Amino acid sequence: MTAVTQGYRSEASRPSRLGGFDATWLLWLAIIAVLLFLVVSPFVYLVLTSFQNEKTGAFTFANYGIAYGRQRYVDALLNSLQLGAGAALLAGAFAVPLAWAVSRTNMPGRGFVRMLVLATFITPPYTGAVAWILLAGPNAGWLNRIYVMLTGAEAGPLNIYSFPGLVVVIALYSFPYIFIFTNAALELVSSEMEDAANILGAGAWRTMRKVTLPLALPAILGGLIICFLEAIALFASPAMIAIPARFNVVTTQLFQFFGNPVRVEVAAAYAMPLLGVTVLLFLVQRLITRRKGFVSLTGKGGERRPIDLGPWRWAVFGYAMFVGALSVFLPYIFLLQAAFAKAWGRGFALDNLTLKNFNFVLFEHATAAHSVWNSFLFGAAAATAGVIITLGVAYIVVRRLVPFGGILGFLCVAPFVIPGVVLAIGFYAAYAPPPLALYGTSLILILAFTTRFLPIGYVNAHSAIQSLNPEMEEAVRVLGGSRLTALRRVVAPLLKRNLLGAWLLIFIPATRELSSAIFLYGPGTKVVSVMIFDMSEEGNFEYLAALALILQALTLPMLWIGQRALGRDFMLRRTAT
Amino acid sequence: MSKLVLKNIGKTYGNFHAVNDFSLELQSGEFVSLLGPSGCGKTTTLRMIAGFMPPTSGTIEIDGQVISSPAGVVPPEKRGMSMIFQSYAIWPNMTVGQNVGFGLEVRKLPRAEIERRIDRILEVVQMGALKGRYPAELSGGQQQRVALARAIVVEPEVLLLDEPLSNLDANLREEMRFEIRRLHDEFKITTVYVTHDQSEAMVTSDRIVVMNKGRVEQIDPPHVLYGKPKSRFVAGFIGRTNFVDRDGGTYSIRPQAIGLSAARPVANAVEADIVGRSYLGEYWDYLAQPLSETKPLRVSTGPNVLFAVGQRVWLEIDPAAMVRVE
Repeated sequence: MTAVTQGYRSEASRPSRLGGFDATWLLWLAIIAVLLFLVVSPFVYLVLTSFQNEKTGAFTFANYGIAYGRQRYVDALLNSLQLGAGAALLAGAFAVPLAWAVSRTNMPGRGFVRMLVLATFITPPYTGAVAWILLAGPNAGWLNRIYVMLTGAEAGPLNIYSFPGLVVVIALYSFPYIFIFTNAALELVSSEMEDAANILGAGAWRTMRKVTLPLALPAILGGLIICFLEAIALFASPAMIAIPARFNVVTTQLFQFFGNPVRVEVAAAYAMPLLGVTVLLFLVQRLITRRKGFVSLTGKGGERRPIDLGPWRWAVFGYAMFVGALSVFLPYIFLLQAAFAKAWGRGFALDNLTLKNFNFVLFEHATAAHSVWNSFLFGAAAATAGVIITLGVAYIVVRRLVPFGGILGFLCVAPFVIPGVVLAIGFYAAYAPPPLALYGTSLILILAFTTRFLPIGYVNAHSAIQSLNPEMEEAVRVLGGSRLTALRRVVAPLLKRNLLGAWLLIFIPATRELSSAIFLYGPGTKVVSVMIFDMSEEGNFEYLAALALILQALTLPMLWIGQRALGRDFMLRRTAT
Repeated sequence: MSKLVLKNIGKTYGNFHAVNDFSLELQSGEFVSLLGPSGCGKTTTLRMIAGFMPPTSGTIEIDGQVISSPAGVVPPEKRGMSMIFQSYAIWPNMTVGQNVGFGLEVRKLPRAEIERRIDRILEVVQMGALKGRYPAELSGGQQQRVALARAIVVEPEVLLLDEPLSNLDANLREEMRFEIRRLHDEFKITTVYVTHDQSEAMVTSDRIVVMNKGRVEQIDPPHVLYGKPKSRFVAGFIGRTNFVDRDGGTYSIRPQAIGLSAARPVANAVEADIVGRSYLGEYWDYLAQPLSETKPLRVSTGPNVLFAVGQRVWLEIDPAAMVRVE
């Protein structure tokens, strides 16, 4: 047997499997190391720590004993589950009619309703919670005051500091998840499927009930589960509302275990059921939305005509405006009022107007402006790292460059099932102690944010590379270019927009991330979300509103860039969540 | 000397033999098609020639030098070949000119020479006016021409085409067949062309390799394949045919090799009934049931030869037109 010719066509060419071997495998090893550091090690430390004695490090079950030794600790867990279920159901009631109306009917103002959902989606839950404290705080809340004014009653009926209050606030700012899921599914139901039901004698109503909704049902259930998981993982809203209302949920209880003195072992043990529930429900969600028959929704499905609702379209529009009022109009009106007021309680009066709140948070407050800077800096660093890592992994996985590439992909999406607070505890357990001693550094926040949003980056990078026909790269190689040339001249230019999109989809949520930051920040690394949270504890609602609005205003240019590059709905796609 | 030689090439995935003991020699400047149904291994073979995958057995040689063997392969970029892909793989981020000039840039030609060659090849494929356009602004046929220009301009040792016309509509497909053959006649590039469309293969090729289930069925020029198919598969795949069992063997008779008349011919005649007919403009397609047989035969006649269903007719079969197949 002849050996493969060396130096064919004058260059010193070696067989590609050897030539490509080193580079690809080096990259593979580097990525493995990074993912071990970002994903595996915090998780392993979380589990290990939960079985360690605080002083000696010896194996023990004692942490679990402490974590569940008191009834109120167990109650907090149950509260979380109830909260999640309540919030998910209520959010479903907000989201499903809206998604159906926007994607399938001739309701007026569909574009506007989409915008409202987007506005809701980019409102951090803590900002929404603060707005609702202004709206529905007992006595002083604006809705209560208006009620008293109109009816002459002694007190308003609303009290945000209650379990139902918390459910409403969480539902209002997590319903966009269900909207996105439902919308994506409905967009795949072709008019022809509905026509088929019509021609067999089913009216519009029956068609919706028997054909359209059942087709979208798996997606709706998937959205409800995501909403549930979001609700039980939230830290800020419960901390602002549940603690004054004198009940605890898992995340606030974890925060207390993390307070003085830090009992990270107990916190780790206490976090386990939260993690377990999340993993389990995430698997259920996957199972539901992956089922055959659902995915067979015809992608090309022909054209889709909006369903004519007749006069009912105004009723549906009214409902959409009602939801919009609760999630956007009312909160922002009163946040603006507070931000520009000398004292928010004095209401809308010219002599109550001032710019001093903005002046204060931007120029006088010792750390507020710096915290905004920190958020954007850490967010940008995390987004950049996340995009680079996930792009590398996705390329390796999609092009099958190494065996078992799927494991890398799995590690990239795994953080999705780890609630932010739990992730933070893992990072604390892994990297706070020597030798790394990263606690309180910028680096630990950047790393935690990177890990937290790795799944968003991966899902986007994966679909981007998958959309790229490998023949594009093969054409480069057959004409004499190397794999690197193909990456540089073809892959990178073609994916520019997608990568910018993925970057923004990490960056925007990272700038408002609170639940992992709250456990990891130090004196010099406070981020704006933590700043806002602190201000709410101090009751400085005017400063807080100003800072929250500054954060929102700074987000708008990002949103504009994203929409220019990727289309109006780039944040409301399924790959965005 | 042979330009490209494939010796006993095989490709297996686990227990599945995608390509089995494939041997072929191409002369310099020859145009050979790999023809067969989907899944027959033709694209796998082409990708092994291109160097995108190593064979599990056998070798590939170019100008007498081994470039592929199970021990290793010279990577695609070092083979001096060109390829036209099913998707065309025109890079949407580059203009027509940049696409066509890419291979020349990689070969580090002087800029002026690159421009001169781009202009010339774009004239040849009748795309001269569109040099500055982006691919998204081109029709499918124009993209196909860009792909051809990009592959030919580098004057490759071997040109590979992977079902290049399957994404075009029927009229354009017919036009491009002749275009591909015209370019071949002009540049004389050794070419391997993969297709599942027999008429594409017949118009373009010097020789056709008919493949089935990873194996070579027959390698011959188009007229030999049609006139003397060696196997039942080839006879059925290339053109339409009738199979008749005689003397313990199977014979193939083309529908147009059977004469059809109302009066009894001189010799080799069989009596039959017309049991079906369809009119295809260029010819009549009759289904005739010989009285002595169980299976009806397909018979093609000129468009003016009229028989009614149920009519008794005579079939005239020339024994020389009956080809024994395996």
